[in-house]
Amino acid sequence: MVSQEKKVAISVQNLTKSFDGRRVLDGVSLDIYQGEIFVILGGSGCGKSTLLRHMTGAIRPDAGKILFYGKDVTSLTEDEKEKVKRRFGMSFQSSALLDYLNVEDNVSLPLREHTQLDAKIIKVIVGMKLNLVGLHGFENLMPNMLSGGMKKRVGLARAIAMDPEVVFYDEPTSGLDPVVCAIVDKLIVDLSKKLLLTSIVVTHNMESVYRIADRVAMLHKGQVLEVGTPEQIKNSKNPIVQQFIKGEIEGPINYVE
Amino acid sequence: MMLSFFEKIGFTLKTWTSIVTDFLHLNLQTQYWVIFGPSRNKPVRSEAVFDQMVFMGAKSIIIVFFVTFFTGIVLAMQSAYQLQKMGAVMYVSSLVSISICRELGPVLTALVIAGRIGAAITAEIGSMKVNEQIEALDTMGINPVRFLIVPKFLALLFMLPCLTVIGDVAGILGGYLVGVYNLKINAALYLQTTYKFLTHKDIYTGLSKSVVFAMIIAMVGCYQGLKTSGGAVGVGKATTISVVTSFILIIVADCIMTGIYYFSNL
Repeated sequence: MVSQEKKVAISVQNLTKSFDGRRVLDGVSLDIYQGEIFVILGGSGCGKSTLLRHMTGAIRPDAGKILFYGKDVTSLTEDEKEKVKRRFGMSFQSSALLDYLNVEDNVSLPLREHTQLDAKIIKVIVGMKLNLVGLHGFENLMPNMLSGGMKKRVGLARAIAMDPEVVFYDEPTSGLDPVVCAIVDKLIVDLSKKLLLTSIVVTHNMESVYRIADRVAMLHKGQVLEVGTPEQIKNSKNPIVQQFIKGEIEGPINYVE
Repeated sequence: MMLSFFEKIGFTLKTWTSIVTDFLHLNLQTQYWVIFGPSRNKPVRSEAVFDQMVFMGAKSIIIVFFVTFFTGIVLAMQSAYQLQKMGAVMYVSSLVSISICRELGPVLTALVIAGRIGAAITAEIGSMKVNEQIEALDTMGINPVRFLIVPKFLALLFMLPCLTVIGDVAGILGGYLVGVYNLKINAALYLQTTYKFLTHKDIYTGLSKSVVFAMIIAMVGCYQGLKTSGGAVGVGKATTISVVTSFILIIVADCIMTGIYYFSNL
């Protein structure tokens, strides 16, 4: 039976973090399996972005562990951390493209920094990655000439440039129109299947969740309320979850207090 | 929340200690990558340094020239006014050249560059910080200090002394114009006295100052940039603090170094 069970890629154990005395994460525990699209759902300020930044190694936790294939990444030295980071890709909410580099240089940046590959080969790889996100031929444009959706896709091409095993998405569809949202969602699913990625998506867009998620975790006030398939979340008995996914004003979630 | 007097002192002290330690830590990191980068197969990209040198050095020549040139003119006129009373107008040349090379050349050039380049460094790194670009570099496993700060640091370390030399020459030229065309000192004699009284020490103490000033401008600029938070307003604030801090530190460092040279007879 054990062999049929899915392999855990990332395991978050009892993660706790406070900023200026305010507890943002309060004992979060999650298992994310290899190859799935795992969505972290939650309202503004519930700690979901903070959780993501812990997984990418940008923030150190106050307590708790994050295991990446069984290895605790919170206690690594800087050099070891850098090696682990090469197995990660991240797509940022604001795309975070370096604005003084064109599309090609942005996507090739990690390749130029981490590998000794020939410039010609790097060019081929960049072409491939841009093809995957549907932006072949846009190599020479500067980031400020691109629309929001295109920037997101370039960011995505950069995230997969080093052939990562895990890709993190921070609000991949925020600020995009519904059609572009659907395109980006489809891209996330496609990439995940084609490249056998483990994808972790932070969002508060319910439509996206139903389109892409294999499993969903609902975060509220720094704690995991519920984990399950989108179907299970939809039929949850928890009033907080119900209020959130239906977007109702009245209910246990109160932003005013 | 009301804080008692001693709590306030303690709080201020704590903030300042953390600022100073963070700043020194950034300095150490930068020097680490300058020295050990090549042996760890992560040398600084020469194109990046070269780009920065063009931006910081070549494009600052005109403003540095004008500031020191006019200072040279003013200095010659002011000292002539005093020296005329003693019938020692001849010494305008040495007075101008020595005070330009030892003091005004390095300091004025550094102040101009702190305003032009220090501000630009902070604004650039600060807006990268608030747009998640610094975090993106870090997530890609690219050290932001090595990638962004070291090229700026090296470029300024090399270019500020070069600009100082240009400033020195411009200042002496300003003095020369006043001396020759207004005070009617013989041109050859003016240059001869300049050359006679100016020693090697005057030049290298000035240039050694400019090396220290370059470190101050680059590191304060980068530190304030990396510390930026809070959107466009934050970038503006950080830029102001960066320039003001650089100005103060440059003047203080100048005072200390002049003191060292004066008392140690270096």
